[in-house]
Amino acid sequence: MAEAMKDRSMLLQKEMIAEHFARLERAPETREPVVYTFVPGNLTELIRSFGALPVLPEINALQSGMRKQSGDFIAEAERAGHSEDVCTYVKCDIGMMRSGNIGPTGTKLPKPDLLLLSYTGCYTFMKWFELLREEYECPTVMFHVPYQGDGRLEPEHRAYMLRQLREQVIPALERATGRAYDEEQLRARLVLSAQAEDDLVAVLQSAKRRPSPIDGYFGTVYYVGPVFSAFRGTEEGVAYYRALREEIEERAAAGLGPLTPDGPLNDQKYRLVVEGPPNWTHFRDFWKMFADEKAVVVASTYTKVGGTYDFGFRHDPADPLGTLADYASGCYTNLNLPSRVEMLAHYIREYEADGFLINSVKSCNSFSAGQLMILREVEKRTGIPGAFIESDLVDPRYFSAANIKNRLESYFQMIDARRLGKTA
Amino acid sequence: MARADVVDWARDLYEDLDFTSARRWLSEHPGLRAGGYLPVYVPRELLHASGFLPVGIHGGGDRIEIIRGDAFYQSYICHLPRSVIELAQSGRLDFLSAVLFPSTCDVIRNLSGMWKLLYPDTYVRYLDVPQVSDPRSAADFWEAELRHLLRELGEVSGRPATDDVLRETLGLYNETRAMVRTLYDVRRERPWDVPTEELYVLLRAGELVPPEEFLVRARAYLAAVEAEPRRPRDNSRVVIVGAFCEQPPLGLIKSIERAGCYIVDDDFVLGNRFLTRDVPLDGDPVRALAGAFVRNDLRTSVLFEPDALGKRRLMKERVAAATADGIIFAAPSFCDPALLDQPMLRGGAEQAGIPCIAFKYAENSGQFQQFREQAGTFADSIKLWGAA
Repeated sequence: MAEAMKDRSMLLQKEMIAEHFARLERAPETREPVVYTFVPGNLTELIRSFGALPVLPEINALQSGMRKQSGDFIAEAERAGHSEDVCTYVKCDIGMMRSGNIGPTGTKLPKPDLLLLSYTGCYTFMKWFELLREEYECPTVMFHVPYQGDGRLEPEHRAYMLRQLREQVIPALERATGRAYDEEQLRARLVLSAQAEDDLVAVLQSAKRRPSPIDGYFGTVYYVGPVFSAFRGTEEGVAYYRALREEIEERAAAGLGPLTPDGPLNDQKYRLVVEGPPNWTHFRDFWKMFADEKAVVVASTYTKVGGTYDFGFRHDPADPLGTLADYASGCYTNLNLPSRVEMLAHYIREYEADGFLINSVKSCNSFSAGQLMILREVEKRTGIPGAFIESDLVDPRYFSAANIKNRLESYFQMIDARRLGKTA
Repeated sequence: MARADVVDWARDLYEDLDFTSARRWLSEHPGLRAGGYLPVYVPRELLHASGFLPVGIHGGGDRIEIIRGDAFYQSYICHLPRSVIELAQSGRLDFLSAVLFPSTCDVIRNLSGMWKLLYPDTYVRYLDVPQVSDPRSAADFWEAELRHLLRELGEVSGRPATDDVLRETLGLYNETRAMVRTLYDVRRERPWDVPTEELYVLLRAGELVPPEEFLVRARAYLAAVEAEPRRPRDNSRVVIVGAFCEQPPLGLIKSIERAGCYIVDDDFVLGNRFLTRDVPLDGDPVRALAGAFVRNDLRTSVLFEPDALGKRRLMKERVAAATADGIIFAAPSFCDPALLDQPMLRGGAEQAGIPCIAFKYAENSGQFQQFREQAGTFADSIKLWGAA
């Protein structure tokens, strides 16, 4: 396979990630504290305000998947007694740890000084850190983000989160880092977050153009990387999103489409909305199946698991802890099914999509349970038929290329037939 | 009342997927409602005090053919929600005015949203229990959740609960939990007198009838047990772990017992004894119920374990409390809470030298030979080598 083609922003991000992992590797010597946490509901600005470095286990797992390492890690975890039925992110992470804890960039990951369990929209997170706690024997603090069962953040839920931040999370960070809480430092970081978020939203919404200058799924998982992980509330994050926005605006002005690993996608025949996480073990093959059919994704829900910024949320330095609670509550997997259906229907309308596709992953019940219902409801509300494919996050055993390609081809033929029917 | 009469009554209720007794109760109590709940824990006191018959929705087991339910779920999602959907889509749950979905796992959580979409006229509430270790914060959160639920249930039923009614209900449920604990105590002491295949259907019946009726039948059962003692057998004593949500088919329980195991502790229908101590009846009743949850010492997969060593110790403690010889980890396929916990629990058990086996089931598992052979071999191995 030819070398993947990459945007400037991807190369910039690669440098940022490499530097972050290098810092993590040096952490035992530099004494920089390390906090493990999860992407949805992450409190990166708060962690950073204590001078600590965040580690996101899901990001490590997905990167292991992209680098074809996850299969061995999962096998290692299953040999240790972990069920074949459960989340492969967890098993990949545990397998990686048992194999020497060498991270996806080839550097050793430090042990955590604190496990900050941002319990947001995913039951498995709770067990994941119970499991890691056994391995690392370090303190764990829970940040319980109540689910939006009725489709909104209830005032009493917000109060509960604020109290946890003040009475549990901040004291735990103070103990782990040896530093006192500094609200001005947090505010300063939130200012940076909001700047980066503005630029990210401009990039996401550029997909309303024809041709779309971005891919709202495959390309956007790269774009959301920094803001979902270690770089929210940092100068590097702001610089990255400024550069990304400029890159996309240049491309849009030139009437060009996104750069896929196998070349530019300027001629766009199908505009799609996608629900569900991608498969990471065959990410490039998966993207190519779309690009070969001239299909561009204009919006996706997976790229909102770390925040729903395109619906208006911005971190607000005027209310530093309240804004963290608001942020965490609004992450995609913390939304109930009617809200998810509404979001998908909104994307289809706003981005003038020809179709929508659900990639249902075996590993993730938070996403997958109810997706067949979502499919039907979105079809009913938009009048647009959807497609349903199945794979997994990082278990290579569950990616059937021929099966998925076959389904996609059939789906695109159906869209063609509908177009002909409309014009007849 | 003879033992067989109680067991037959319970088995009839357990097997009746048309919920005839609940429907009859509704017709006999005009103006009152029925409110369903999914496993594991919901505060059913609030349903009862607000004029609802609380009805446990535990799926269709092996007694229903899944036709519509499979269209809602992929093959890699557990079986319970598809049979619950099957029951609902076939009209069997149309007598429910409210359905409560507790924070057991993501599947049950997402089912709450599906219910909202499928049945917009039914009151639906997802209940997120507190997961923090700070008792004050947890109690305040849970109290607010309970008040919210109580208010809305009162609006649905048109019979908002007064403090006095609620206190009366708390007392009634204290009694039912005490009865369940007694049944478990008697089984632990004399499992030959209280076989789990009988106890289990009695508990399942208790999920379908008013608590007062359950108490009457359970007392009758205990009296019959005392009146008709049976002879002990040389069986091994086992704890069944992991079956707290999707319930095993009755045939699986029978197979384990007939393979030479006395079940002396389990997680079946766990919600009926989730609170291990009585709820105080003085003071504000909602605050009392919230406080009882927070002070509760039950440790289960659906709650965060704040003690770093808690998971490792739990099996040793349960085996000691039940004077058991070994553990059977019996988890439903694709059950995140049970299967993610299992490496920690089993690791702790094995460290403590406790014999263990593990298998997975589905509520509609139809072939029990394999389970019987596994359980039989396990029981034999305990007897042969357990004391060594």
